[in-house]
Amino acid sequence: MEYSRHEHDVLIIGSGGAGLRAAIEASAAGASVGLVSKSLLGKAHTVMAEGGIAAALANVDERDGWEVHFADTMRGGQYLNNWRMAEIHAKESPARVRELEEWGAVFDRTKDGKILQRNFGGHAHPRLAHVGDRTGLEMIRTLQDYGIHRGFDDYQECTITRLLKDGDRVIGAFGYDRENGHFRVFHAGAVILATGGLGRAYRITSNSWECTGDGHSLGYQAGAELIDMEFIQFHPTGMVWPPSVRGILVTEGVRGEGGALKNSEGRRFLYDDIPPLYKDQTADTPEEGWRYVMGDRDARRPAELLTRDHVARCIVREVKEGRGSPHGGVYLDIAWIKEKIPNGAEHIKRKLPAMYHQFMTLAGIDITEEPMEVGPTTHYVMGGLRVDADTQMCTVPGLFAAGECGAGLHGANRLGGNSLSDLVVFGQRAGKYASAYANEHGRGTLEEAQIEEAQREALAPLERQDRTDGAGPYSVQFELQDMMQEKVGIIREESTLSEAVEEISALVRKAEGLGVTGDRHFNPGWHTALDLRHLLTNSEACARAGLERKESRGAHSRVDFPDKDEEWGGFTVVLKRGSDGAMEVRRDPLPPVREDLQKIIAEQG
Amino acid sequence: MATATFKIWRGNAEGGEFKEYTTELTEGMVVLDAMHQVQAEQAHDLALRWNCKAGKCGSCSAEVNGRPKLMCMTRMGDLPTDHPITVEPLKAFPLIKDLVTDVSWNHEVKKRIKPFKPRAPDFEDGSWEMHQQDVDRVQEFRKCIECYLCQDVCHVLREHHMHDDFIGPRFLVHIAALEMHPLDIEDRREDLRKSQGIGLCNITKCCTTVCPEGITITDNAIIPLKERVVDQAYDPVKKLIQLFTGRGKERKA
Repeated sequence: MEYSRHEHDVLIIGSGGAGLRAAIEASAAGASVGLVSKSLLGKAHTVMAEGGIAAALANVDERDGWEVHFADTMRGGQYLNNWRMAEIHAKESPARVRELEEWGAVFDRTKDGKILQRNFGGHAHPRLAHVGDRTGLEMIRTLQDYGIHRGFDDYQECTITRLLKDGDRVIGAFGYDRENGHFRVFHAGAVILATGGLGRAYRITSNSWECTGDGHSLGYQAGAELIDMEFIQFHPTGMVWPPSVRGILVTEGVRGEGGALKNSEGRRFLYDDIPPLYKDQTADTPEEGWRYVMGDRDARRPAELLTRDHVARCIVREVKEGRGSPHGGVYLDIAWIKEKIPNGAEHIKRKLPAMYHQFMTLAGIDITEEPMEVGPTTHYVMGGLRVDADTQMCTVPGLFAAGECGAGLHGANRLGGNSLSDLVVFGQRAGKYASAYANEHGRGTLEEAQIEEAQREALAPLERQDRTDGAGPYSVQFELQDMMQEKVGIIREESTLSEAVEEISALVRKAEGLGVTGDRHFNPGWHTALDLRHLLTNSEACARAGLERKESRGAHSRVDFPDKDEEWGGFTVVLKRGSDGAMEVRRDPLPPVREDLQKIIAEQG
Repeated sequence: MATATFKIWRGNAEGGEFKEYTTELTEGMVVLDAMHQVQAEQAHDLALRWNCKAGKCGSCSAEVNGRPKLMCMTRMGDLPTDHPITVEPLKAFPLIKDLVTDVSWNHEVKKRIKPFKPRAPDFEDGSWEMHQQDVDRVQEFRKCIECYLCQDVCHVLREHHMHDDFIGPRFLVHIAALEMHPLDIEDRREDLRKSQGIGLCNITKCCTTVCPEGITITDNAIIPLKERVVDQAYDPVKKLIQLFTGRGKERKA
């Protein structure tokens, strides 16, 4: 069997914000770096991020600082966060944002010429550096344009199907080129997974075809632990109509700019249900909320800027109780601010140009005139590979994870804007520590047997051409997505979660027998069949972790355990591949929060 | 149920043909949805690129009824369905398979452009003072999603295949974003004139017409760059001043 072999100190799988930042850092440290992209460079899912990147620059409100950002992140995550990661993230994100500016990013500006920051859910002060509603594009283009001059090798449209090991240690990866199915073997001193999320496990999602959680599953298969997999973020505002655009993201920035969520009776229903944890920080009336948006320092945040888990649940409730919009969502109204400010329509178009364009083109709706219809969409997974807070190394030596496929920072619910900062803060750290690891440990021994096995595995669906019934890999994927949407969705319970586990194992058997038509040249059917294995592994992890956590907290809501349980607040759910190949579930106690940080949490109320 | 018939290009660098596929239409459907439906139901190995499905990543570029489009932002409702709708790959780049072309030339071009080079920071924390009015036009250029529709429609590349002599509208926009960046102190004018072929653009504005981000490529990026190049290369007074002051570049606007 033919393959190309590549030697690197650090191999990075995934070229979104985290992967690119890691590549820049590792290259700067003198490592020889290979960067693998599943799509073309610059097209990764980071490009979809809209609202902004959270960093306590204190450009708009000088009361902000890392302590406030840290406390906000912990509160948003319902205190399941890895506190050390939350501390590092809050402290280092301002420097990472300034560095983007140094590399050419052009953020929107304050009146005195600094980086402008906007309001977002769960952030006490305006904290999100942004460029209109296309911040992710700005970030990825900046990293890409800076990165291409840093001397790393990039392998585009290459999908990794397996990690390669030397004993316990990860020393490389196996993959194929999408263009022609050519195999590549990467041999490296350290491997960083930066593969993003797994939203394609669901039918209604803001995620692209790439988001099949490859890193989660590759790491798991290689023996690394996954944590927090019960926490899937359903973003409260995705498009719901027309059907073909269902799930496409509507930025939280709309609410940050004053957008109101209303039910069919015209009521701003979020004001009716403010969780105790946020009572003191949230406006009592829409009027107070608007004053906050306008920068009144004595006003509190509008209820629309409560955390995503809560807003999504409230929308589901409104729809279920018959107060939804015609197509099963609720209304998001930004046009109303025209009553409050001069040139309102122009203001909306300037602040939210992509949203204006998106609704105009795809739904025929002018958001400066009419409300949008929105509903929850699968957006982000808080869970992922368990990492060391400082180095980002997984529980398997030589393997690192950064960005969405690493876990810990966000706990039970992520605050908007904390993902872009997560990418650059921990991407930088992963690059730094992975190159140090590679430097210290060399490359290990690559066994031919593992490569042969990986090849057999990758070619298997093509060798079962005779077993291509129906829609093949696509139909199994659709079946899985519908099932996950229904049974491992926003509201869960024991019976449906158990059914999900069973159905997943039936789908695994189905997938194992799948054949695909065509050959190895750019064949999406074949690619889908291979990605399915990752989706199924991750879906099982989400369902099993959801079954284990018998309480409702953050993004995990159980009808059979509707309340938060103090005892569960001290545990994280861990998943690991057992020696027999079965998924083992256990709970680990959370380490106590360091004393000085406890004090900060208490002080921030 | 309403249906539409497509003629989709199937083939690779060695050859191919249009094949007809008929598929059901649902409300609000875009061409990319139809391609996915055909892929799932009739042609599992139909090769196409996509990512965001919301006009933000610039992956699903193709020619729909002969016009360069993002498939994800082209609504079926805006296309006549009494004739088959043709969907074919971009013409300015070599074909890989079906709707997928080899756009690596663009990556190579970008790598050769002198990167961003900022002046020293204004403040101790490494930051700069920049005002919104000074970054407005650069932000317009930075909206580019690198879909390469402008490259596809540019006759210098599409018909005359002058890829070795001309970098195309995408990269003129890229250079405009760098040159007009308030912090940048690099000078790219000589490259523009000599190796990047700015003179080959005869401002037919085809690029501006197809840009899905609405960037006024010709008027705001290319023409001002042409003026800067002319100023530097052919203005005898400025040449003289440059000779004496040793300054290769006048202060940026």
